[in-house]
Amino acid sequence: MKIYVVFVICFFFLLFGNGRVQSLSMEQQPYRTAYHFQPPKNWMNDPNGPMYYKGVYHLFYQYNPYAAVWGNITWAHSISYDLVNWIHHDNALSPDDPFDINGCWSGSTTFLSGEKPVILYTGSDIMNRQVQNLAEPKNLSDPLLREWVKSSHNPLMTPVDGIDPKFFRDPTTAWQGPDGLWRVLVGNQMDGHGWGLLYRSRDFVTWTRSKEPLHSSTRTGMWECPDFYPVSIDGKDGVDTSSLDESTKHVLKASFNDSDHYVLGNYMPVTDNFSVDTDFLENGSDLRYDYGKFYASKTFFDIDKKRRILWGWIQESDSTTDGIEKGWSGLQSIPRSILLSRTGKQLIQWPVEEIEKQRTGNVSFENKELKGGSVFEVSGITASQADVEVSFDLSNLKEAELMDPSSVDPQLLCSQKTASVRGNVGPFGILAFASKDLTEQTVIFFRVFRSNDQYVVLMCSDQSGSSLREGLKKETYGAFIDVDPLHEKISLRSLIDHSIVESFGGEGKACITARVYPKLAIDNQTHLYAFNNGTFDVNISTLNAWSMKKAEIVSSTKRRKPHHY
Amino acid sequence: MKSLMLMFVFLMFLPVNAFRPTLLGNLNLIERTCRQTPFYDICIWSLKSSPESRNANLKKLAQIMVDSLKTRATETLYLIEELLHDGLALDPAMKKALTSCIERYNVIIKGDVHEINEAFKTGNYKFAEKGSNDAAMEANSCEIEFPAKSPLTDMNKVVHDVSVVAASIVKIMQTKFSVM
Repeated sequence: MKIYVVFVICFFFLLFGNGRVQSLSMEQQPYRTAYHFQPPKNWMNDPNGPMYYKGVYHLFYQYNPYAAVWGNITWAHSISYDLVNWIHHDNALSPDDPFDINGCWSGSTTFLSGEKPVILYTGSDIMNRQVQNLAEPKNLSDPLLREWVKSSHNPLMTPVDGIDPKFFRDPTTAWQGPDGLWRVLVGNQMDGHGWGLLYRSRDFVTWTRSKEPLHSSTRTGMWECPDFYPVSIDGKDGVDTSSLDESTKHVLKASFNDSDHYVLGNYMPVTDNFSVDTDFLENGSDLRYDYGKFYASKTFFDIDKKRRILWGWIQESDSTTDGIEKGWSGLQSIPRSILLSRTGKQLIQWPVEEIEKQRTGNVSFENKELKGGSVFEVSGITASQADVEVSFDLSNLKEAELMDPSSVDPQLLCSQKTASVRGNVGPFGILAFASKDLTEQTVIFFRVFRSNDQYVVLMCSDQSGSSLREGLKKETYGAFIDVDPLHEKISLRSLIDHSIVESFGGEGKACITARVYPKLAIDNQTHLYAFNNGTFDVNISTLNAWSMKKAEIVSSTKRRKPHHY
Repeated sequence: MKSLMLMFVFLMFLPVNAFRPTLLGNLNLIERTCRQTPFYDICIWSLKSSPESRNANLKKLAQIMVDSLKTRATETLYLIEELLHDGLALDPAMKKALTSCIERYNVIIKGDVHEINEAFKTGNYKFAEKGSNDAAMEANSCEIEFPAKSPLTDMNKVVHDVSVVAASIVKIMQTKFSVM
């Protein structure tokens, strides 16, 4: 018995004495996510051709099979039954033909008549020109659509007639007009301006370029990953891409200047005329899906649940060296459901409801007063892997400082007035990825200002103090939210997952995604706080926090292993 | 005869620039471009000292800058390796920092510069901007590894600044490609 006790003591001494346990958890990958989509290793960028087919959700994506940097780009392929748990299958498209030898770049899927999905994608060809290619499923009766065959007609669209071969890419999902012709947009830059080139086809093989682009902008450069789709005016369900329903508005989206921008407008299918409400960057207007790190996004219509779903690429904010050490780079956002807001002036996004299945261990508060200058911890959840929803009730609105938002850049305002700068009404919000001593914190917060007879709400996500580590991009993001604090509560939802936080303000009116890489606040050393650094008290109407269960995101080869009983 | 005389007089008064459009025109492009970058001096010096800048368009100027980045990074890597081989003179902290810098500079040359050149080749220029920005960050990360005096301060600064200029030119290139 005595020898047994001595043995156990020695064992623990060995384990803890020379710090073995500590270094193990460091090696393990503190930044890998638990419920966000990412491949087991290597580089990922744009989401490609997402779709729902025969009960299965498909996601393809730009992938480097060999390294954690961009290159050798293939279309990797994963499937899911619930948009949360995924199975990785073999690559769908590899760069092994003259028309895509330098990369199988981004593209989309379209359902042709008879429910047949096809892929249109950009190939970087043997002469380093960008061309558009077609691929079809090898076997339509395989609901997993594991194999794809490239068309013998490739390339279908080439950069002729004044199109710059280096600025011709990212074909959209096609839509059919009343004349039966298919239409597709390809991203382009003409004379330094962003263009959405419009092509038409009857048979999906022979494409004719329309003289006029669907739309263009003199205020932007190249349009990458364009997207064009209808949204229902009554804002209840998503709408099919080819829908010609009159009670819709159309969304035109383009990726440029490191973010995804969209405009709303009216589309006339007969003339292919698209007239926008307010144009890209016009009169200070700049509608974005997300005011943080979010690029190359793409939507698809989920016919099963009648939803328009958005995927976005969330790039790393650390260095290439970090990426190589980690062995991976790049995440996808949690898929978001898109609807037109009641005002009709913007889109609303919300994480798909399926993600709520991962919630466990609810911690709840109601009607909690947050005095000016106070912080309180939300404990009882795994703060590095959590979902938190909080709504704030404000009563001292008249004390809000004056501000004229018309000439203010919200991002700049958030960096100049970080959460340590006391305001009247605000800053208040949450401290995510916080270390116990608060030397590390990712601050997601609001400030309320007065402008004439109205109130202006600013939302910020400040990563400048997120990590004691150097060599990272620690940016600050900001946006104004169209919320009236006089008549509604100010709400925030944040999905926290090891090195990413996706924040949704005003029930999805403004979204901000950020990447952080704390040194201290990792794994079980992470804390979550609610705070108010304003002069006046703020009331937390409700706060709900959950730990999030890990999603099952596995490779199909693993499942082929035989069971041993 | 009169018209010939008139033409002669006219020609005499034309500015000399008109006869050297390529050279001076391009000096204007180099000037205009470098003025839009955060490090004007190193931009001008790197471009003007390359004979290839003479008839270069914006894309070529960006390429020259990246080639300069590769050269400077390679020189720095050689220096770090030399310093490490003076093993006897090194204290452990210095050795650790130099070893870390070797990794960073290998990433700059084999990772970032490779990515940038691939991006130029295929036309996906935002990856050239990303690679250049990362190279600047890697050089900075190397510099801050040294707890006391860094033996690489000047070289790290050059690599950093050249990278920032390269990223800057690529950014300009993406918005004004066909115009310039």
